[in-house]
Amino acid sequence: MAARAFAIRRGGPGFVAAALVAATILGPVAAVLWRAGGGGWPGPADWAALRFTLMQATLSTLISVALAVPAARALARRRFVGRRVLITALGAPFILPVIVAVLGLLAVFGRAGTLNTALDATGLPTVQIYGLHGVVLAHVFFNLPLATRIILQGWQSIPAERFRLAASLGMNAGQVMRHLELPMLRAVVPGALMVIFAICLSSFAVALTLGGGPRATTVELAIYQAFRFDFDLGRAAVLACIQLALVTVAAILALRVAQTGGFGAGLDRSLRRFDAETPALRLLDGTVLLLVALFLLTPMVAIVLRGGGAVLDLPGSVWRAAAVSLAVAAASTALTLALALPMALAALRRPMLEAVGLLGIAASPLVIGVGLFVLINPWADPTRLALAVTALVNAVMALPFALRVMTPQLIDIRSDFGRLCDSLGMSPRDQLRLVILPRLRRQIGFAAGLAAALSIGDLGVIALFADPDIATLPLQILRLMGAYRMTDAAGAGLLLLVLSLTVFWLLDQGGRADADA
Amino acid sequence: MKYLAIATGLFAATTAVAETPTLTIYTYDSFVSDWGPGPAVEEAFEKTCECDLQFVGTGDGASLLARLRLEGARTDADIVLGLDTGLTAAAAETGLFAPHSVSADYDLPIAWDDPLFVPFDWGHFAFVADAQFDAPGNFRELADSDTSIVIQDPRSSTPGLGLLMWVKTAHGDEAEEIWAGLSDNIVTVTKGWSEAYGLFLEGESDMVLSYTTSPAYHIIAEDDRSKAAVPFDEGHYTQIEVAGKLAGTDQPELADAFLQFMTSDTFQSIIPTTNWMYPAIMPEAGLPAAFDTLIEPEKSLLVPAGKSVELRDQALEEWLRALSQ
Repeated sequence: MAARAFAIRRGGPGFVAAALVAATILGPVAAVLWRAGGGGWPGPADWAALRFTLMQATLSTLISVALAVPAARALARRRFVGRRVLITALGAPFILPVIVAVLGLLAVFGRAGTLNTALDATGLPTVQIYGLHGVVLAHVFFNLPLATRIILQGWQSIPAERFRLAASLGMNAGQVMRHLELPMLRAVVPGALMVIFAICLSSFAVALTLGGGPRATTVELAIYQAFRFDFDLGRAAVLACIQLALVTVAAILALRVAQTGGFGAGLDRSLRRFDAETPALRLLDGTVLLLVALFLLTPMVAIVLRGGGAVLDLPGSVWRAAAVSLAVAAASTALTLALALPMALAALRRPMLEAVGLLGIAASPLVIGVGLFVLINPWADPTRLALAVTALVNAVMALPFALRVMTPQLIDIRSDFGRLCDSLGMSPRDQLRLVILPRLRRQIGFAAGLAAALSIGDLGVIALFADPDIATLPLQILRLMGAYRMTDAAGAGLLLLVLSLTVFWLLDQGGRADADA
Repeated sequence: MKYLAIATGLFAATTAVAETPTLTIYTYDSFVSDWGPGPAVEEAFEKTCECDLQFVGTGDGASLLARLRLEGARTDADIVLGLDTGLTAAAAETGLFAPHSVSADYDLPIAWDDPLFVPFDWGHFAFVADAQFDAPGNFRELADSDTSIVIQDPRSSTPGLGLLMWVKTAHGDEAEEIWAGLSDNIVTVTKGWSEAYGLFLEGESDMVLSYTTSPAYHIIAEDDRSKAAVPFDEGHYTQIEVAGKLAGTDQPELADAFLQFMTSDTFQSIIPTTNWMYPAIMPEAGLPAAFDTLIEPEKSLLVPAGKSVELRDQALEEWLRALSQ
């Protein structure tokens, strides 16, 4: 085992970063418990909520990832004009604020949506989106893009030389699947499942809005009830702990199952897939891409159409909020990278470290917000720290994605170059500069893009701390909607979509400035 | 931690002595947004008080109360503005509020004599539909019809809680049966008012739970007369929004002055077209013409503050039972 080798000797900063993250998440939860003077036992309704949450999260995760595999394969083995634009655009649902995305989805799948209008016009029975299937549909809509990107990265990590060797051996697509792609999937899929399960577990507004009623009560809603309705902080904190425990267990399972690829080193060149050049496979990949694009992009078109008229007449405060959101995003992106890089390096030695990162998305935003409030309030005015706290929480929430994106590549880099570095006696600093960072650039760019876009689109905890004079764009959208200004809100939603995608595109492309893939 | 609290208290006290006194008012977020009453109220009051009025916004009425409970007696707030009649009993129980000295001749649908809270506006909950829509006339008719509705979750939304209490006060022991009947009319339940109203405007339902005053917004701001509130013959549930002075305030005179200002013509005439509610005291200039087109329920329903908590818990249980099947 090459564990001694490589920059992992620099594990120190990674553990410090992990400790910081754990403190950011667990500190507030502990603060809420402390403030409550102990835990409260969840009632029968809370357990029902837990069961529903688990069920919808499991279903949503399995379906998202199952659909992502053919989508990623099609993207990996096809080259076509507009491929990069498509890859970026497919990521859009993931970074939208929930309510904007839900309204986009409903414009297509809702009672008065395009689908039902079309079905109705052709005399077919209409479909009902509200219910468990609606919740799952929405979660697949949000998470399929992320799953696709994570798995696509797996495909790109298989060196081109392996595919050439396969081609010269005359392997067909099935054999390539068995010998190259399945081992890669076995390494990559558990991580994707883990991250998406964590996201779906803390889903709240989506599940409630599309779930069709209190049957679709999730743990996060139960936490809301405990906090707002009963002011039972102890029960809220215990529910948050249960949520965290579930994700930790899922993470441990996934990280145990996930294996390293171990394809050996290649020359990092782009690939041409000889095995996939049969007409049937072209048709298959084309169909998959078309369906995925239709599913993910039609609601986006609806958002553009809804907001297009209003976006140029938006009030000045919305533009100011956009500037604030960009500034917060810049800070939280820098922080995410500063935490993710050392943690990912340290995770080479201690893979379970990644589970700490995952806590960020599994934690109840309400409990974290309340906990931070309890912690900050005796020292300073939380309102004045609203933006700093928002940047911090956004950074921690984006961390698991950054880690998931970087870790598999780091493992490959280690297995490919670790021994070489050792035999050359390179210092950890030189290893980082000469070996790791150049090969991790694409992942860093993608992670930075994700972190920035997520931060722009996420409401985070600012709603709990809001200062009337400083709002982020998602908060301003909520305020517009709360003041009946749905058209302006749609315009602001479109502005947010454009901003997020642009920032994501710039950072993601920045990471592959000279790459030809 | 106690020392910290004392230290912050001292610190707050020393800053308060600085030249311009600051009046801190906690309120719900939409009150302080650019489109709410906040900015105009702040400007008008600062003209008269030689003080700095600072609004702090958090979520909605219920999260406002939760935040206050979280901060307890240490709170920086001098006034909390935006609790409603469903929350005043719980708010009074905290013991954090001081009696007010305001007396005014209110134009409320019920007599007002609460010693702790001063009302500033009110409204009736109602379903809003297209003006042309052939709407049911009460909850039973609604349950028997195939009219679709979007409502808000009482656990996360103030109007949602209002609807819960509306059905409970109108139908008492039969409330659960009414909800069971309504379950196939409910398209979905949303987290808050905005989501529900957004879904309705997108055509997801025939009606949405909102206020009798909602159509006034569409007439005044959008010149759109296509929306109307639906009168129900059981009567309509009333929401009265109030403000109260904290017992621990370091600006008691200023706080009293603000509560008095709330009943003034200046404050009250800001309310109708920014908060889209009825003013607690009719302004001299009356209401904008669009308000004349609104339905005016003959019967106003409201649970007495003392009974609201107990009734609420019972009603929520019934609601969950009826809709979870």
